[in-house]
Amino acid sequence: MHGLAFDVAHLLSGSLVLISLMLLYQDRLYSLLNIFAFHAVFLAFAVAWQAFIQRAPHLYVTAAIALAFKGIVIPVALHRMVQRLGIHRQIETVVGIGPTMLFGIGLVALSIMVMLPVTEQADALTQEDLAFALSVVLLGLLMMVTRRNAVSQIVGFMSLENGLILAAAGAKGMPLVVEISIAFSVLIALIVIGIFLFRIRERFDTVDVHVLDRFRGEQP
Amino acid sequence: MVLSVLLRAMAAMALAGGAIIPVCRRHSAGPWVYGTVLAACSIAFAAALAHLSSGAAPLTLTLPLGIPWLGAHFRLDALSAFFVAVVNLGGAAASLYAIGYGRHESEPLRTLPFYPGFLAAMNLVVLADDAFVFLFAWELMSLSSWALVMAHHRAEGTARAGYIYLVMAGFGTLCLLLAFGLLAGSEGAYTFDAMRHGALPESLQTLVLILVLLGAGSKAGIVPLHVWLPLAHPAAPSHVSALMSGVMTKVAVYGLIRIVFTLAGPPAWWWAVIVLIIGGATAVLGVLYALMQHDLKRLLAYHTVENIGIIYIGLGLALAFQTNHLSIGAALALTAALFHVLNHSLFKSLLFFGSGAVLRATGERDMEHLGGLIHRMPVTAATFLIGCAAISALPPLNGFVSEWLTFQAILISPDLPQWGLKFLVPAIGAALALSAALAAACFVKAFGITFLGRPRTPHAVAATEVDPCSRGAMAFLAVLCILAGVLPGLVVDALSGVVRELTAGSSLPAQSGLPWLSLVPLSTARSSYNGLILLVFLTFTSTLIAVSLRRLASHAVRRAPAWDCGAPDASPITQYSAGSFAQPIRRVFGGFAFRAKERVEMPEPGSMQPARLHVQLRDHIWDIIFAPIQKAIAFTTERLNTLQFLTIRSYLALVFGALILLLSGLALWQ
Repeated sequence: MHGLAFDVAHLLSGSLVLISLMLLYQDRLYSLLNIFAFHAVFLAFAVAWQAFIQRAPHLYVTAAIALAFKGIVIPVALHRMVQRLGIHRQIETVVGIGPTMLFGIGLVALSIMVMLPVTEQADALTQEDLAFALSVVLLGLLMMVTRRNAVSQIVGFMSLENGLILAAAGAKGMPLVVEISIAFSVLIALIVIGIFLFRIRERFDTVDVHVLDRFRGEQP
Repeated sequence: MVLSVLLRAMAAMALAGGAIIPVCRRHSAGPWVYGTVLAACSIAFAAALAHLSSGAAPLTLTLPLGIPWLGAHFRLDALSAFFVAVVNLGGAAASLYAIGYGRHESEPLRTLPFYPGFLAAMNLVVLADDAFVFLFAWELMSLSSWALVMAHHRAEGTARAGYIYLVMAGFGTLCLLLAFGLLAGSEGAYTFDAMRHGALPESLQTLVLILVLLGAGSKAGIVPLHVWLPLAHPAAPSHVSALMSGVMTKVAVYGLIRIVFTLAGPPAWWWAVIVLIIGGATAVLGVLYALMQHDLKRLLAYHTVENIGIIYIGLGLALAFQTNHLSIGAALALTAALFHVLNHSLFKSLLFFGSGAVLRATGERDMEHLGGLIHRMPVTAATFLIGCAAISALPPLNGFVSEWLTFQAILISPDLPQWGLKFLVPAIGAALALSAALAAACFVKAFGITFLGRPRTPHAVAATEVDPCSRGAMAFLAVLCILAGVLPGLVVDALSGVVRELTAGSSLPAQSGLPWLSLVPLSTARSSYNGLILLVFLTFTSTLIAVSLRRLASHAVRRAPAWDCGAPDASPITQYSAGSFAQPIRRVFGGFAFRAKERVEMPEPGSMQPARLHVQLRDHIWDIIFAPIQKAIAFTTERLNTLQFLTIRSYLALVFGALILLLSGLALWQ
């Protein structure tokens, strides 16, 4: 493992974590979607770099899929949904941005503390890669928990999935078939979720999931 | 050969339930099923006895059933053969009794399908040679007996009894499952053969002992795990009560002996302390509880608890001697315990049959509503009296022999090197003596109030003797009780093979060659017992007294009013009652054992109301152990109930929180 390959891989997956953290404090939907597209683009770069240093051409396909679907198709589709739903207003975060960011940083520290000792036998690149991937997954989960708007929950879910792909690309050996099927299932999930979003809006005049809870009679 | 005969008998038994019932009409199915089971049990009993007396090497058999790579292992060694004999003797007697008794069942189809399966399951537990078959059969035994307990499910209290029984049975099986998991080790050696040769570290051995005491002990009914037993045993039809009390608890004792003596490896000396203390507490508390009961079947069920305590005392003594390599003492104590296993299965079945006969004849279980049955049911009364004398350990009956042997083992306890045991064993001996005395008092009450005096209710007046099959079963067991008491040497000799197997080669000296059929466990210099001479002496003296009284006394029949405590009203209710009988003992022990409270309600001067005496008893063990557990479970479930109605985001947050917690644990633990 020569220095440059390691440094670039490190840089790319590190920036993925950084963008995940950026996702946490976006309080407008458009900027959230833009940052998410950015996230996917960096994922594509990271996977492509892995393809290059591992000499694994099928990973280029993975990178291309990530770039095309997650970098372009999904953000554009979500943009149009937000436009048609007419929700360009501010997102309410539940916990508040400061504590969320602090918690996110704590999660990154936690995943590094967990992953580095566990993967001691693996080489340094894989170690770093897995630690970053876990932090991306945890940050995505955190986003799903803290957000109240259905669209931003979808974004959280998709960024979580990006973390999984990063881990798989670093671990040398996710077969292409699996990658493609995941990509398609994510796309189908997007379609289903989109349909649901419109259904929810038709029914309740909002996509704030808080209203769903109220409808179930759980909260006044 | 013997083993395959046994397994075929089991299969025939299990099929009897499934195949005969649909073929026969509703009311004719009973005798056919019970008859088939009687035949199968007799064959199995004969086969086991033949194996036991021949002293042949253990037989093994593997059937391609159960877990694919394991198969089902069966083994018939002397210990299993003895317990197969006990189970099938009890099963045969109960089936014979049920041919008659089962006719009076209101809903026989609630009993018939499960009865053969219950017996077959008990046999399979005893024959099992791997953990899978053992646990499967154990659970089958629990579930089928639960179904039998629930046969009268509309009767008051049965549903609660069944529920508590099911919970305790599940708990017991879980403990046994964990014990076998520890014994099998990380390689999963689930055959008993592998466990016999495996060695466990001492800490795990201790854990196995505790789990087995919890698992097998809860089924046997040791204090404080006995709470289900006096509820569940009486709730079943009487022939099933006899099986559960007389036989199923013995299968639980078998589980303890099998695991502690042959599978868990060499015992530590303080295991004996645990087993002895449990045995002593179980014996004394069981009989004290029994004394307070006025329900005939429940009284018998509490006596089962007491007798399990006596058996545990024998096993504890055997452990104490065995760890100190005093093999003759171990052989003596084991012989005593196993002899008591046989005895208890005989007289407890007999007594439950008797109570079933009373229940059939009068529809009453409460002794306060009975009385005077000796004139209406002479055979039942005579056999019940023999059972009472046997369970009270009166010579020349069988109960005396096994308790006498236990005392012989207690008397050689000064040979033990540990001071803890030297002090403990005499104390346990005192507890055993106390429980024997209290048992005698209890059965004077049970027999006297039920069969003597004048009938207290019209039901008792209208009672008639039961059918010949039931009488035959009771007479059969009564004769066996007398035979085992008069000829104990034969039983001790039959047990020597089992004892040799458990103590690695030592047993009591052969008894059958001794003159006058004496029983000499150690040496003539120490002690000997002769049931035959005692029987002859008792018969002779009592005949002499009877004859001389007849000769010397007046022949004229004189009728006079019975003494009625000065009350002119000769109502049967003024007779001495079960409550009156228990009162002195309740006054002595009730305060600390039951927190007994008596309250006398005196009417105002001039009031016509009767004075009343209210007695309140509380079960300490239920209050201290089970009620808090019940409360804690109710509290937790109440709190956890809110988890059913969270929002999606809260569920996500819970998952997230759990993940973070686990990851932090992982990070800190490394």
